[in-house]
Amino acid sequence: MAEAVEYKQIGTTPVRPDGFDKVTGRAQFGADVNLPNMIHGKVLRSPHAHARIKSVDVSGALAMPGVYAAISGADFPGGRLEGEAGGEGGGSMNDVAKNVMARNKVLYHGHAVAAVAASTVRLAEQALQAIKVEYEVLEPVLDVVGAMDPQATLVNEDNYTALPEKPEKPSNIANVGRLERGNLEEGFMAADVVVEREFTCPMAHQGYIEPHACVASIDERGRGTVWCSTQGHFEHRAATSKMLGKNMADLKFVATEIGGGFGGKTVVYLEPLATMMSEKSGRPVKMTMSREEVFRATGPSSATVARVKVGVRKDGTITAAQSWIAFEAGAFAGAPYMPGAMSIYAPYAIENFLVETFDVLVNKPKVAAYRAPGAPQAMHAFECALDEAAQLLNMDPIDLRMVNAADEGTQAPYGPKYPPIGFKACLKAAKKHPNYVKPVPDGAGRGVAVGFWFNVGMQSSAEVNINENGSVMIIEGSPDIGGSRASMCLMAAETLGIEYDDVRAQVGDTESTGFCNVTGGSRTTFATGMAVTQACEAVIADCKRRAAMTWGLDEDQVEWEDGQAVPGPGVNADVKPLSLAELARKAGKTGGPITARASLNAQGAGAAFSVNFGDLRVDRETGKVDVLSFTAIQDAGRAIHPAYVEGQMQGGAVQGIGWALNEEYIFDDNGVLENAGFLDYRIPVASDLPMIDTEIVEVPNPSHPFGVRGVGEAPIVAPLAVCANAVSRSLDMRITDLPMSPPRLLDAIEG
Amino acid sequence: MPKVVFSNAMMVATGGTREAVFAAANFRELTQMLMEQWPALAELIEQSAVAIDGQIYQDAFAEPLAPETEVFFMPRIEGG
Repeated sequence: MAEAVEYKQIGTTPVRPDGFDKVTGRAQFGADVNLPNMIHGKVLRSPHAHARIKSVDVSGALAMPGVYAAISGADFPGGRLEGEAGGEGGGSMNDVAKNVMARNKVLYHGHAVAAVAASTVRLAEQALQAIKVEYEVLEPVLDVVGAMDPQATLVNEDNYTALPEKPEKPSNIANVGRLERGNLEEGFMAADVVVEREFTCPMAHQGYIEPHACVASIDERGRGTVWCSTQGHFEHRAATSKMLGKNMADLKFVATEIGGGFGGKTVVYLEPLATMMSEKSGRPVKMTMSREEVFRATGPSSATVARVKVGVRKDGTITAAQSWIAFEAGAFAGAPYMPGAMSIYAPYAIENFLVETFDVLVNKPKVAAYRAPGAPQAMHAFECALDEAAQLLNMDPIDLRMVNAADEGTQAPYGPKYPPIGFKACLKAAKKHPNYVKPVPDGAGRGVAVGFWFNVGMQSSAEVNINENGSVMIIEGSPDIGGSRASMCLMAAETLGIEYDDVRAQVGDTESTGFCNVTGGSRTTFATGMAVTQACEAVIADCKRRAAMTWGLDEDQVEWEDGQAVPGPGVNADVKPLSLAELARKAGKTGGPITARASLNAQGAGAAFSVNFGDLRVDRETGKVDVLSFTAIQDAGRAIHPAYVEGQMQGGAVQGIGWALNEEYIFDDNGVLENAGFLDYRIPVASDLPMIDTEIVEVPNPSHPFGVRGVGEAPIVAPLAVCANAVSRSLDMRITDLPMSPPRLLDAIEG
Repeated sequence: MPKVVFSNAMMVATGGTREAVFAAANFRELTQMLMEQWPALAELIEQSAVAIDGQIYQDAFAEPLAPETEVFFMPRIEGG
């Protein structure tokens, strides 16, 4: 049980170990790997959103001097692949393989059809033009609600809705989710006000700054190394080896430094292609996506249509809630329909509710996880409806949420009773926050909304080696996206009782450390941190044994205090404490190098709750929205490195604000993405926003040695509804469609 | 005896039963009893996470179950 204790290292804010290399340009990202004789791979992508492939002929490309490999779907092993891909909604491995390279059909504009590897990038691009592909163009399915019609054109003729009994006919609906409790009719009868609306969220991209990139170097035996920008090199190795029919032991995957992922780099796109072409050509193959390719062919979030109805009594009690949400999956099943269903009411104790969600195929890129997948879209709808209810009741929106707030012992809408959670503490912190107490600026509206994410544990490994001078080297398998190496060093230093500066951490490749699931699900500081802590505890046990041996005492007569072995209370021994450094120097005499490892499947990840509010003003002439202030409050359990927790909160808030105000995939009638670049797909930049104010609430998670809860995902959830509620209040009209871009707001203002 | 609460998806396999109690000392015993009574549950159990007295396990196996324990099956979550 984590207790309120004073820590020496936990809670401090040292500079991250990778920071210096990143600001000086020394850090090696995916595209920075260069090898002798390396050639360059490029992908031929479908010009159609939906078409049958009649033939693919790569011989013209292969005949060009300087072209060393050309492949298409026919080069991949046949047969159905079993298993699931990592990351939320990763989908079946069989579908992921078809997403990496189309087989009999192309399912979205930009779908990979063939690939070449040549001596230069330019030559590879020219060789793509020599590949002949014959298509039978089909009608694209682009509207999620229309796609659910039984008469709709089918994206996949073999897709049957996953129900206990297989339906008679195929459908574009891949999966359905349903959670319910109580009696809706009675609940709505008991309400004093009922709000019922339809909300939409657009497809939005994670917008990581570093495009996907990898280098594969495979030898004549089919063995080799792949360097890639990934959230999980172990799971990328598994997916690549499975798709290519290889023994995973033949492939070593190295996670380079990563320029953002947010869920989007839990998925393989280039690695199987580069690996296959390296093996065919006998040369290392580098592949990097352009920004346009990232937009067209990697997984964005699901667009959604959500119909929400909520009933509330005069005292603020939610008497009933009903929701129907259609999630666009893109070309393959795997929309976060179930997390959406499970999160929508998660912050509240509601007696009567129903939520139905749908995972719907459309001819758009296959969606991928994006920070708290499914929760932003679902909770945007419900949090907006609650805000309208608060207005109708003339009630403070935080007070309304406090009336219904879940607490320890509340049965979550998705099932179990909550252990200690920090939702009420966040609401209290928000209500008394200086930014909330101050008046709303003239002409602006203040929006309030809350966020939630489950957080997960999953599998992690870590090794702790004590150097000869007592300094410490951690090797772990979780790619560091948000500063996790600093957090690992802090937890190790705290556990061992030494200084942060004496600890280093390294992300090992797949041959250097044990399996780790992806860095995702807000799990790394929680789960890999737990593995590091356990390995350090094993080091301490070993050091106590060595000190006992040195002093001629029993092991249980030795204790570990402030980084050194000391005789326990009441032990009569005239000895000097032995520090980690002293024990390390004499390790040869006491059994050899001091090292320990831990691997685990971490359970008990504590849920994260957040409360956000912001003041936004709309220019009624242009429709432009200015964010005047934005405040993010979140329960982190225990902030190991508070500055990086704040960074997660600020980053998530900015991404959520971008999704709310500007970001959207715009497709034409043929399913062609019209804004595949940052010029036309507008993400917020520093000059667009004020400083995001943060307040970390700490309600420790009893399942973690330091009380950690994951913090990476919850921050993106609330901002969508915060912005919508603020804009709606400032305009005195409900805005239900995102993004609230200038043209859309002008349309609303002008009626 | 530990009480089991099934998810909506599982209730299809249990013929509508939402809750049941079983004299199981640990999770492994419990799942064996469940699959004996409702064989169609086997695949769903494999795909599910489980909350034991509120503590969520993505991969429970032999966790001990106290007599008053509440076991709640739920969809697995991974995240991004």
